[in-house]
Amino acid sequence: MIENLRKLESIINSELSGKIKKSLIENNELLIEIDQKDLVETVQFLKSDEKCKFRQLIDIAGIDYPSEENRFVLVYLFLSHEKNTRIKVSIKLKIDQIINSITKIFPSANWMEREVFDMYGIKFKNHPDLRRILTDYGFKGHPLRKDFPLTGFNEVRYSEKEKKVIYEPVKLEQNYRNFDFESPWEGTNYLKNIKELEKHGKKN
Amino acid sequence: MVKKTKSLNLNFGPQHPAAHGVLRLILELDGEVVEKADPHIGLLHRGTEKLIEQKTYTQALPYFDRLDYVAPMNQEHAFALAAEKLLKIEVPIRAKYIRVIFCEIGRILSHILNVTTQALDVGALTPSLWGFEERETLMTFYERASGSRLHANYFRTGGVHQDIPLKLVDDIEKFCKSFPKIIDDLEGLLTDNRIFKQRNVEIGIVSKQEALDHSFSGVMLRGSGIPWDLRRSQPYEIYKDLDFKIPVGKNGDCYDRYLCRIEEMRESVKIILQCIEKLPKGPVKSIDGKISPPKRDELKQSMEALIHHFKLFTEGYRVPQGDVYTAVEAPKGEFGVYLISDGSNKPYRCKIRAPGFSHLQAMDYLIRGHMLADVPAVLGSLDIVFGEVDR
Repeated sequence: MIENLRKLESIINSELSGKIKKSLIENNELLIEIDQKDLVETVQFLKSDEKCKFRQLIDIAGIDYPSEENRFVLVYLFLSHEKNTRIKVSIKLKIDQIINSITKIFPSANWMEREVFDMYGIKFKNHPDLRRILTDYGFKGHPLRKDFPLTGFNEVRYSEKEKKVIYEPVKLEQNYRNFDFESPWEGTNYLKNIKELEKHGKKN
Repeated sequence: MVKKTKSLNLNFGPQHPAAHGVLRLILELDGEVVEKADPHIGLLHRGTEKLIEQKTYTQALPYFDRLDYVAPMNQEHAFALAAEKLLKIEVPIRAKYIRVIFCEIGRILSHILNVTTQALDVGALTPSLWGFEERETLMTFYERASGSRLHANYFRTGGVHQDIPLKLVDDIEKFCKSFPKIIDDLEGLLTDNRIFKQRNVEIGIVSKQEALDHSFSGVMLRGSGIPWDLRRSQPYEIYKDLDFKIPVGKNGDCYDRYLCRIEEMRESVKIILQCIEKLPKGPVKSIDGKISPPKRDELKQSMEALIHHFKLFTEGYRVPQGDVYTAVEAPKGEFGVYLISDGSNKPYRCKIRAPGFSHLQAMDYLIRGHMLADVPAVLGSLDIVFGEVDR
């Protein structure tokens, strides 16, 4: 299993030399990192090459690292039935960067890219139909970004007065509290904040 | 003279009983022929992936019951395997057997529902009445193991929540002995039924190449003649020690997929019987006190156990940095979890790969050129459950 992955890694590295920025095998899984402009070529190679034959796109996962310069990471997961192996291809991109769609190579990328667009706001060039997919009609924002609040902005309810479903800003009886138990000896973060506020309050 | 024709736009759902949930399908019709189908999904979107990012690993698990809610434990399994792979812990052998038993029960649960509702969609009422009785029995097994019929929350990282009652094993065995008869009865109603065949044979044909291009998995792939089952090709748990067949279709139409599901139910029964026969004794969850909580009686006597209990249910356990993709053969196809940990007690990102998502995506291509009446038949054979499609 692991030898096969090593072999595959060296094949890809030699065939696509210059395009591979980084490749590593971790937890029995092969991950290669490439530049976003090489995406289409690499995917085409992985699909058609005799030694790879990754003929199925399993999923596209977006990840958000708000503190980094290249904020988003896209991970493409491929599966080869013939060789019985999987591969992960990752690209890094800045906010507002537009990347190429791979719908021409894998038709199933259509909805997966739509989902990434919906959740992270990453735009795809040459995508046949880039609309939101999972969120509501007329939704604003990109929910899986780390800076999007868990409770969201709007809520819906049926208004007896207007006889229709209406949108209003979220109003909660109690705000969402994200308990931070990671360092219990110093007290949780929200308790520390309250304590600090009280201190300042007394001084003033 | 040229006659001008206008195509008709038809909204199928979101409240249509044959839409299997909340699917809004916008059909463009030319007479009765479908020219284009545009599925609108997301009406059941609950933001599972976002919620999981805010929860500890133990708290994240119940969300998986709520994805494909007709086979809950199969989903839990994928997440438990992912976390175990990151933590690099071994699951006790008895837990593996229990997991496989309940995953196969989940497979039967899902296939009964699909086969019978597909029959319902094309006009046969009786199979669903017969099938649901068996589902009820299976769900009592779920209840006796986990405490609830549907949202089990039974699997844990490192094993299962608790051991199963002794009598339960006997009852599952009894069920496995009687259930093949029920499958025969269902087949008697459907397999050679003229109406059922007219509605399903050569409808929604998928070729091998197209099945790959559209990211199909599970029965959708096997129905088209590709022998691919993760239980066999990338075995997890104890599947490589078990003896079972993988039914493969020939024509890739709705009827072949129906036959595959029927056969898979028979194979699942065989798997369960083998597991019951071999079921070893021993612990049912990892003995690592930093991951699985202590037993209740230890809690009353040991200070260390008390501390572990408190820490595990407040902070949870920390998972080493890294990313893994694990997939299981869920009843509907390859269900995968791509889990990224930043070393804290909560997942940094958890991408859920639902098989139904890519199956439904192919709806437009499958239904083009078919009649309007074929829409429920094709939709039924895709085996869509909106919990997992919308997440």
